[in-house]
Amino acid sequence: MGTLALGCDVLMASRSVTPFLLVGATLFCLGLFTVLTRKNAVAVLMGVELILNSANINFVAFERMRSMSGTPLSGHIFAIFVIILAAAEAAVALAIVLSMYRNFHTSDVDQATLMKG
Amino acid sequence: MNRHRLPTSFAVLLLLALAASAAGQQAGLASGTSSGTSLPFGIEIPEELFKYGFPIALCLVVLGVVAGLAGFFTWVERKVAGHMQHRCGPNRVGLPPIFGLNKWKLFNSTGLGQFMADGIKLLTKEDIVPTQADPILFRFAPYLTFIGSFPVFAVFAYTVMPGGGPAASTNLNIGLLYIMAVSSLVVIGLLMAGWSSGNKWALFGGLRAAAQIISYEIPIGMAFLSIVMIVGSLNLYDIVEAQRGGLHHWFIFNLKEVGPFGIVAFLIYYVASLAEVNRTPFDIPEAESELVSGYHTEYSGMRWGCFFIAEYANMLAVSFIATTMFLGGWHEPGLWAVFHAMGLTDDVAPSGWIGTAIGVGMFTAKGVFLIFVQIWLRWTLPRYRVDQLMYLCWKVLLPFAFANLLAIAVWNAVVAHWGEISAAFFS
Amino acid sequence: MEGWKELLYNVAFWVLTVLTVGSGVYVALSKNIVRTGFSLLLTFFGVAGLYALLEADFVAALQLLIYVGGILVLFLFAVMLTHKITDVNLSNESSSQGGPFFAVFVLWIFLVYVILATKWPDAPKFGRQATVEEIGRGLMGKWLLPFEVVSLLLLVALIGAAYLARPLAVKVIEPLGSKKA
Repeated sequence: MGTLALGCDVLMASRSVTPFLLVGATLFCLGLFTVLTRKNAVAVLMGVELILNSANINFVAFERMRSMSGTPLSGHIFAIFVIILAAAEAAVALAIVLSMYRNFHTSDVDQATLMKG
Repeated sequence: MNRHRLPTSFAVLLLLALAASAAGQQAGLASGTSSGTSLPFGIEIPEELFKYGFPIALCLVVLGVVAGLAGFFTWVERKVAGHMQHRCGPNRVGLPPIFGLNKWKLFNSTGLGQFMADGIKLLTKEDIVPTQADPILFRFAPYLTFIGSFPVFAVFAYTVMPGGGPAASTNLNIGLLYIMAVSSLVVIGLLMAGWSSGNKWALFGGLRAAAQIISYEIPIGMAFLSIVMIVGSLNLYDIVEAQRGGLHHWFIFNLKEVGPFGIVAFLIYYVASLAEVNRTPFDIPEAESELVSGYHTEYSGMRWGCFFIAEYANMLAVSFIATTMFLGGWHEPGLWAVFHAMGLTDDVAPSGWIGTAIGVGMFTAKGVFLIFVQIWLRWTLPRYRVDQLMYLCWKVLLPFAFANLLAIAVWNAVVAHWGEISAAFFS
Repeated sequence: MEGWKELLYNVAFWVLTVLTVGSGVYVALSKNIVRTGFSLLLTFFGVAGLYALLEADFVAALQLLIYVGGILVLFLFAVMLTHKITDVNLSNESSSQGGPFFAVFVLWIFLVYVILATKWPDAPKFGRQATVEEIGRGLMGKWLLPFEVVSLLLLVALIGAAYLARPLAVKVIEPLGSKKA
């Protein structure tokens, strides 16, 4: 807890990267809440996108705080790959949701119980 | 009662333009240098003020000019359409009676004031919001489309500064990618308009328009890639500077770097950009005979005016992009070199303030010519059906774009870099 | 950095944070699924702005291009195609919201504590070189294998999504607004 005594220097965005990490953590929790509570399948996927965005903010923030050692721009490249993978995953997941809507006429995740029990 | 939303829109636009220039400078990405702070007539201004004030001033000037030009081009369109259909276009409304403009015989029978009259009419129309419409999204959609059309202009290099360096608001190193990224806001605006109208036909129009625009972004990206591959930079100033030296260096005609495939890339880009701005022959989303008026059926007054101006600003934007990438930007087609050979001037290319003025003139002339061709095409060609449109994109333009990319790569490697290849393989 | 630049940076950061987190809250809590989609637009924009503040210009442009221009359009298409135009209030959260809220809140407190208690290294000064060339070199050099694998994965995702969402031969697709829930 020693760094909390530093005062607001650690919370100023222009002096340290910690505020960006806090934003990432908040977005992660919001995304997790969305995934856990929403009934509409598309809304659950929106929550997943929030989670991926929060992870990306973390990657880019760590790239900013990286010293001269280490691979240059590895954080950015990670973030680029995460963006690409999020696109692929969203496409496939939405195709599944569309298919589910066509067959069951509902996009409610609580009603997809065919394989239960 | 009318509540004019236009001041809000312009304020938001201004903020976005300022944010773009501020962000670009804040992260130190501006690679263009302003090596001179002297204006003509010997006016000196402090360096800091110039460094931060010039982009903002240029943004404001460009915003005003583009918004005015967008209105002007509606008049041009109606006149050109009229003459192509063997009739006069608007020929009644002259200029407004301020500063005695309405006494100029030159403008009285050309109908030049028609677009101003249309603008005033739109501003004074009743503002109708349907009861089934989503109140927030319905009001926000035209602004989103309007906002998505304008940040593109912050990144063009309209001309050279007298001391060298681009006259752009922000000379972003990712200029071309920024243009593509920011134009995707228009798609969301269309979807929002289509959905929030509460109207089945508007929804269909919005979905079709969005599908069309995102499909045609891919051949555009491929055409961009072929040029960026040769230039080696996404910076618009570098792309134009790679085309200096006369007409035969422009990427549309350059036989050494791209060969005969520069024209193919330009045609692919031009056709795909027609689909991007929903112009005929790809204007299914706004065709009156098909879907009433597509996604802007329910909009009236200045809200519809926002869509209208956004469409013309988009036309300007894609024409300016084509000018930058393929037609050599601000470079003149080589007349100055002829003067130099004749001994009249001592420079191969115009420089200084004359160069700046000639550059801006050439850039605008090329852009305006491309817009004229767009208007010409609109009143000449019939429109595509939706399935024909999608077929054209995915099964014609896209394979050609891929093949063109490969061909340009091979041509460039073999013709322009023969030395390195022979050194690598044959020695 | 000079005083006013630092102030501008912090103001921009707070504006973008409020935009991002506010629209994130709206995504998590709103009852109207279409408005949720459009507030996701604001979230993506805020995140792109945060990338720009972190000097990641290429990633910011890619975020806008791919997320807003691709993924968000996909989401909006999915929402509009799995939804009847008359039922704007179709989706709402499940009845139990208190349990997840408590768990997520505990997680958030824990994450904030970890972030504030770690001794992070100091951030270097501003003024980094442009990133496009280095990213290009990296993708073609050290990160070539993930690049190729990702391109293969995109091909697989493209084929899979097109196959899953294809119109079925036997079933008649009902138009919007003519089917019961």
